[in-house]
Amino acid sequence: MTTSDQASGISTTMRDDTRGLLGKARTYGILAVILILVIFNFFRIWNTISNTATFVESGTVQQEYIRSLNQALNVNLTQVATIVIVGVGMTLVIATGGIDLSVGAIMAIAGQIAPLIFLGSIGQRFGMGVTNTLAIIVPLIVSSAVGLFNGFMVTQLRFQPIIATLVVYIGGRGIAQVLTNGYLQVFRNPGFQYLALGRPLGIPTQVYIMFAVVILADLLVRRTSFGQYVLSIGGNERAARLAGVPVNRVKTAVYVISGFLCGIAGLIVVAINSASDANLNGLNIELDAIAAVAVGGTPLSGGIATIWGTLLGALFIQLARFTLISIGVPYEFALVVNAAIILTAVYLQRQRSS
Amino acid sequence: MAVTQANSTPKQGIRGFMSANLFQNQGVLVFVVLIVVFLAGSIIFGSTFYSGYNITTMLVFNSMFAFISLGMTFVIITGGIDLSVSSVAVLTSMLAAWFSRFGLLPAIFVPVIVGTLIGLFNGWTISKLGILPFIATLVTFMAARGLALIMPKIFGIYLANLFPNVSWSWVDYVADYSIVIDRSQNFQAIIGNFLGLPIPVWLILIAYTLGAVLLQYTRFGRVTLAIGGNEEAARLMGLPVTVTKTLVYAMSGALAGLAGVILASRSGTALPTEAVGWELQAISAVVVGGTLLTGGKGSVVSTLIGVLLLGLIFNLLNFINVGGFSLTVYWQAVVRGAFLFIVVLLQSSWLRRNR
Amino acid sequence: MTSNDVLLEMKDILKVFPGIVAVDHANMQISRGEVHALVGENGAGKSTMIKILTGAYIRDGGKITFDGQDVEYRTPQQAQENGISTIYQEINLVPLRSVAENILMGREPTRYGLLDWKRLNTEANRILVQMGIEIDVTKPLADYNIAIQQMVAIARAVSFKSKLVVMDEPTSSLDDHEVHILFETIRRLKAEGVSVIFITHRLDELFVICDRITIMRDGKTIETRDISSITKLELVSKMLGKELGQVRRSGATSFEIKEVGPDAEMVLELDQAKNSPVLQDVSLNVRKGEIVGLAGLLGSGRSEAARAIFGADPIREGQMRWDGKPVSFLSTRDAIDVGMGYCPEDRKAEGVVPFLSVRENLTLAALPRLTHKGIINRDKQKQIVDQFIKMLGIKLSSPDQKIRELSGGNQQKVLLARWLCMNPQLLILDEPTRGIDVGAKGEIQKIISGLADEGVGVLMITSEMEELTEGSHRVFVMRDRRTVTELSREEISQDAIMDAMAHGESENNVEVQS
Repeated sequence: MTTSDQASGISTTMRDDTRGLLGKARTYGILAVILILVIFNFFRIWNTISNTATFVESGTVQQEYIRSLNQALNVNLTQVATIVIVGVGMTLVIATGGIDLSVGAIMAIAGQIAPLIFLGSIGQRFGMGVTNTLAIIVPLIVSSAVGLFNGFMVTQLRFQPIIATLVVYIGGRGIAQVLTNGYLQVFRNPGFQYLALGRPLGIPTQVYIMFAVVILADLLVRRTSFGQYVLSIGGNERAARLAGVPVNRVKTAVYVISGFLCGIAGLIVVAINSASDANLNGLNIELDAIAAVAVGGTPLSGGIATIWGTLLGALFIQLARFTLISIGVPYEFALVVNAAIILTAVYLQRQRSS
Repeated sequence: MAVTQANSTPKQGIRGFMSANLFQNQGVLVFVVLIVVFLAGSIIFGSTFYSGYNITTMLVFNSMFAFISLGMTFVIITGGIDLSVSSVAVLTSMLAAWFSRFGLLPAIFVPVIVGTLIGLFNGWTISKLGILPFIATLVTFMAARGLALIMPKIFGIYLANLFPNVSWSWVDYVADYSIVIDRSQNFQAIIGNFLGLPIPVWLILIAYTLGAVLLQYTRFGRVTLAIGGNEEAARLMGLPVTVTKTLVYAMSGALAGLAGVILASRSGTALPTEAVGWELQAISAVVVGGTLLTGGKGSVVSTLIGVLLLGLIFNLLNFINVGGFSLTVYWQAVVRGAFLFIVVLLQSSWLRRNR
Repeated sequence: MTSNDVLLEMKDILKVFPGIVAVDHANMQISRGEVHALVGENGAGKSTMIKILTGAYIRDGGKITFDGQDVEYRTPQQAQENGISTIYQEINLVPLRSVAENILMGREPTRYGLLDWKRLNTEANRILVQMGIEIDVTKPLADYNIAIQQMVAIARAVSFKSKLVVMDEPTSSLDDHEVHILFETIRRLKAEGVSVIFITHRLDELFVICDRITIMRDGKTIETRDISSITKLELVSKMLGKELGQVRRSGATSFEIKEVGPDAEMVLELDQAKNSPVLQDVSLNVRKGEIVGLAGLLGSGRSEAARAIFGADPIREGQMRWDGKPVSFLSTRDAIDVGMGYCPEDRKAEGVVPFLSVRENLTLAALPRLTHKGIINRDKQKQIVDQFIKMLGIKLSSPDQKIRELSGGNQQKVLLARWLCMNPQLLILDEPTRGIDVGAKGEIQKIISGLADEGVGVLMITSEMEELTEGSHRVFVMRDRRTVTELSREEISQDAIMDAMAHGESENNVEVQS
């Protein structure tokens, strides 16, 4: 019941906004930095190549250079793809004012189920085509179901999102591990592994998947009523409810979407490694995802969703990490620097919007 | 002059009793569960369970969580969260191990001071820079873990390279990735006994008593509760919000430092891969105890009960070894998750009935 | 008046926000022991002046002299320490903490360095009793209704031994009895030589308690006068910048309601609706084209009735009929789909979605009608938005502007438009003109009148007596969660309404008797 006309000056909450001029500045800012890092790496790799006397397979420096660039690109895109896919789900959840800590555990569960299917007896009976399809569909159904459970806890049981997804974070990975008592499942399944090792037009499959996810999610947020509902719930849930927004359904849906996307990411990881390690699959990815979301411009308090921002944020963090390691900074330092980068990025966002 | 009178919605009987200041409603329930679990364990597993050895070992093991949970309680009461505690603990454990060669006191003070400094940094980013606690402590979480990983290299290699002329005998104690304690300097006395109880247990008692007094009987404590209840109002009331928030995180860091000291002295070697998931353990304990995650309401004593209950349950799980079926680590994780689920479920339905 | 008598002097104050000059070289002067009214529409600058004085804002120009010294407060704490106490319109206390704690927060009595709870409670009790309030100070503040909470806030501000107490809309949550207590407290302060700045939209109050009045408009100080030298009509006209005669003719509100025949159809009927403990026995009805006022004291259950009708809360017993047929709503969507709309009392907490644009806020409820296979039809959306911006006269720079940049009155219009674009048959309005300046108030009242003319039924909850007497075809009065009286057009009068509201137990003692 405020009588003030202007925005309350006492309020300490600053909001990020990627739609106005400031938002564009921030988006271009991150792009600019990414570009700088990319160019820097171009030069660095060229330097390394031209100074090394040994040419491995082909003859010329140029071919070696291209090969190194290609390798660098692949490595980075591969690493970033899973983070972005998970990050998109995280963006939607955060936009409703929630959070999903269970993403890594869901990845592990999905990653465990696929090999169980195609390493089992189904393969003999139905042939690899059907088996591989099942090996993709079933984990996705399961991971979506876990997401549904998250949504259930948040909307029906009224758990706070951090606690609800904490439950799955703690117990979910345990379930994944229990499936094989902690042992690795190693395999060779080219059909299934096309998910990650395939190279249509020279670009890894998961990059296509990543872009598909980003584009679809962005359209969802900006063009559909569902997207509006997500934003209104995060902005003012009570108002949304009074305006007839199906709050519980939408909230549950974003957790299901997040679970589904984590399933995809989990399958990709397993496909890359030719093995499912429930102990490591998706470990700590929630940190990377949340960092990507925050750096990308989506406020953690909800009400705004910048899907492309999450992509940029993940790219930025990944590139920074890669650049540091490749110039010889030990991995451990990279962690520290990474942390500093995230802090700076988040701080700058707040500064610009004040 | 006519007088306005008003009754609040009264809670009679048992409910009224349990609205007392020190305990929260849920805290009493959890305390009852604690007793029940303890009795059940004693009946089922007999003297191995309630032996002095088992109990004191369990208490010393959980003392680390107890300290962290105490700090976490204050942080959560202000409506914030501190995700960095596990990384701070492991970092300070490495510092403790390294400084153990200078004696017991440096090995205690340096880690605690470093923990406090990290906590102050958290407090600064949160209250002065206005960064959300989740992100701010997430960042410290990453940075401190990175520092911990690199600590052996710093001490073992870099410093040695920087000053090659000095005799660096401690290089023997530093492996590629860990730091070994110097036992000759009596560092492990800290987990020794004093008047029959292990020192860490004494420390828990002292820390929690101080914490409870702080929360209930000092302005600092009341301001902490006010901040969590309505931070904007607290600010407008002229309360020292910024200073208090910063101190609360500093406290959390200091207590994490203390936990790190205990961690180092329990094992002979400080490993940077330890303490994983401790922040979640602490959050669980605080929530189990009944403190509201949204802040503004909480109790130090109920956190202690939460810590003990969680510790007791996992102590019990280790005893389950019926006919070869023992709970692997993985099943324990599942149980942990399920337990948290049940506790929160009970808490929220309890809360709803009480309103 | 000698210079010793002057406690506060604000001279040539300037405050600029991006795109707007909030305070334009304004002045104000307060003497010791004076009760000084500060009035003006929203946007007039009075709230900003106060925030500058109390340290919530920092001024861009001008000088403030307090108690003989030039001052510049940068935090509320500083202003407080200097002897300026503030009571805000929003209750800025901590609900989870006890009443006693809230009153003495920051200056709790101590013994050997530790908090002395016993003295804390006794002291808090003493402060309240002195004001004529007897409650259990050890209970959490949240246990009490909003009127008591506001009284506690007042008690806190007043107990600071300040030289100046600033009261920003202190009576908005109070009923007559508490207002009386407040005025007694102000008189006591005056007797002790403490000055009071009093801001309110309830102009009648000013004439009871204030000595002088400063009128602001468009950021400037228009006039400062003794209250005895101005009439209410004159005051309103100066605030609006309109001619005196104009105000006299059209009444205090802009309602112009036409007759509604007794055979007009019922659009909504509520029969003994019950939802313990918040609703005990509510029966009312609304006809097509009728404005039905719903009156009652705070805590009488009016908003709860509105929520129940709209499907936001369940109705456990009793019946609701829509267009003659029994209905039962599981959610607000059901109510919206049959043709209801609801503007809640607290815009900020329950109406406005802050990060969304005006366009998005306006069409939020209408989205199902604007989407095809899930995708929003942008053209249709634009059409509707433009149409209603024009129809309601919403002032903004672009429909894509963030809604929180609009003034209170314009935000309320957007919220109204949210429902109007759905062509509702029944509109439930909870305090539709609260916190809105006089000009916009009139516009909204006209809009409501117009709706009724077109056959829309309106259920209007309001605490403003003029809106009830001038703007309603019929009035239902609630007290203690029940409807107690229905007044037909002829029976409506201020006295009849107040009589019905006041009978029975005070709302403070509502304990469920089932």
